[in-house]
Amino acid sequence: MTTKPEMNAADIAKAVAGGQLSALAATEAALARIKQHDTILNSFTDVTAERARTKARAIDADIAAGKAVGPLAGVPFAVKNLFDVAGLPTRAGSKINRDLAPAKRDATLIERMEVAGAVLVGALNMGEYAYDFTGENIHDGPSRNPHDTTRMSGGSSGGSGSAVGGALVPIALGSDTNGSIRVPSSFCGIFGLKPTYGRLSRARSFPFVASLDHLGPFARSVTDLALAYDVMQGPDADDGACTTRDVEPVTPLLGESISTLRVAIAGGHFQKNVFPEAVEAVSRVAKALGATQVIDIPEASRARAAAYVITTTEGASLHLDRLRKRPNDFDPAVRDRLIAGAMVPAALVDRAQKFRRWYRAQLAEIFKSVDVLLAPATPCTAPKLGQVNFNLDGVELPVRANIGIHTQPISFIGLPVVAVPVPLEPLPIGVQIICAPWREDIALRVAHALEKMGVVAAPAPRGL
Amino acid sequence: MAEPLDDYIDAVSKALALPVEEAWRPAVRANLEVSLRLARLVDEFALPDETEPAPIFTA
Repeated sequence: MTTKPEMNAADIAKAVAGGQLSALAATEAALARIKQHDTILNSFTDVTAERARTKARAIDADIAAGKAVGPLAGVPFAVKNLFDVAGLPTRAGSKINRDLAPAKRDATLIERMEVAGAVLVGALNMGEYAYDFTGENIHDGPSRNPHDTTRMSGGSSGGSGSAVGGALVPIALGSDTNGSIRVPSSFCGIFGLKPTYGRLSRARSFPFVASLDHLGPFARSVTDLALAYDVMQGPDADDGACTTRDVEPVTPLLGESISTLRVAIAGGHFQKNVFPEAVEAVSRVAKALGATQVIDIPEASRARAAAYVITTTEGASLHLDRLRKRPNDFDPAVRDRLIAGAMVPAALVDRAQKFRRWYRAQLAEIFKSVDVLLAPATPCTAPKLGQVNFNLDGVELPVRANIGIHTQPISFIGLPVVAVPVPLEPLPIGVQIICAPWREDIALRVAHALEKMGVVAAPAPRGL
Repeated sequence: MAEPLDDYIDAVSKALALPVEEAWRPAVRANLEVSLRLARLVDEFALPDETEPAPIFTA
């Protein structure tokens, strides 16, 4: 048996565990596809080929010896380059971090994926220090959209979106502070899970905004997304914000009926500043789910503003010493945003954190009467690389500042979201399936039902 | 003519020992204007005095 480019993780793992496919063959197929296509996509910054082969051979040896293997046996995966990978400096998309000593130990989530049998094949391109929605990187060049390589992959986990969208690997990991999993998922036409804040350990990953940072998986199917999510769950004393809740596996629940779930469309802020493609995508998903109720999310625009303030100030605090010592080694656009962030008065940051508490209470009230909220993941399909403005209803708006307007008010209060790809022509676009805290199971079940209905799917890469 | 925020930028730059070269100043100023505009939007919203901040957020 040989692998096909778009073979999903569940099928690879089943074939490997069943002896029809070796883990080494699955790994070599991914490495060959990376070699063939990544000169164009530019999604990888490091390919850990020898490490991957060693791991794959160990899995094959276990199978030959009759030992049990994990649910992701032989599945190739890759991680945004802000995850620690033993032996590599954790560059986090920057020039500066390349001078760091190589990481001594893998990030917790990599360790958990590998315990489940997955095989790390490399580290992925990203926007500098994750302060980005485009997937462009001044040091490494842009990761490119697999459906049209003249377009953005989305950021900041651009390489993750590009690699999975391009079917170089079936699963990738990324981070989401304001939308950095959901935006690349939308632009690259794949599934992405931003779990509840604190659900997945961030230990041994390079931070950006401590009170907003989440890690999560990307995949080409909901089954794969749930498989990866399940094996990565669990408390971790190495991340102070990680929950102590037990593992709550979702994979066994995916096929459960969603008929009793109450689904509504997010109104107000979430229906403004959107292109027709985003409206169409939400409409298709809502229709499939029988959702007609529109709920206005109070003060969502202010929530986005507060997320912006917290991001720029906490980000500035993180990088303050690097801004003093190596300002010319930053991407100038990132540097100038961070310097400005350092100058925002503390009282205003405190106001933003207090507003966050208030806003969370409003959403908690809404989730007493609904189980799911639907919203666009991005206001548009993937813009052109380097595009500065877009024209919406005759108004010129800056691209960078507006890509995340619908994701920011959600991650601001840590709600779990599955971004599902609606395969519009010529480019796909994502919809956010948003649930109450700790209800990833509902979001994944809804995504799974939509996938079964054929409403959402990861399209084959059209740009390769 | 100096922009309204320039004196503030100079003062904070000095207080934080954070250099701002002249070539960067227009972009820093533009970013600061955006940050302050959005921060004011949050500040305008009346909150009860007893509202707790959420510096490390528990979902």
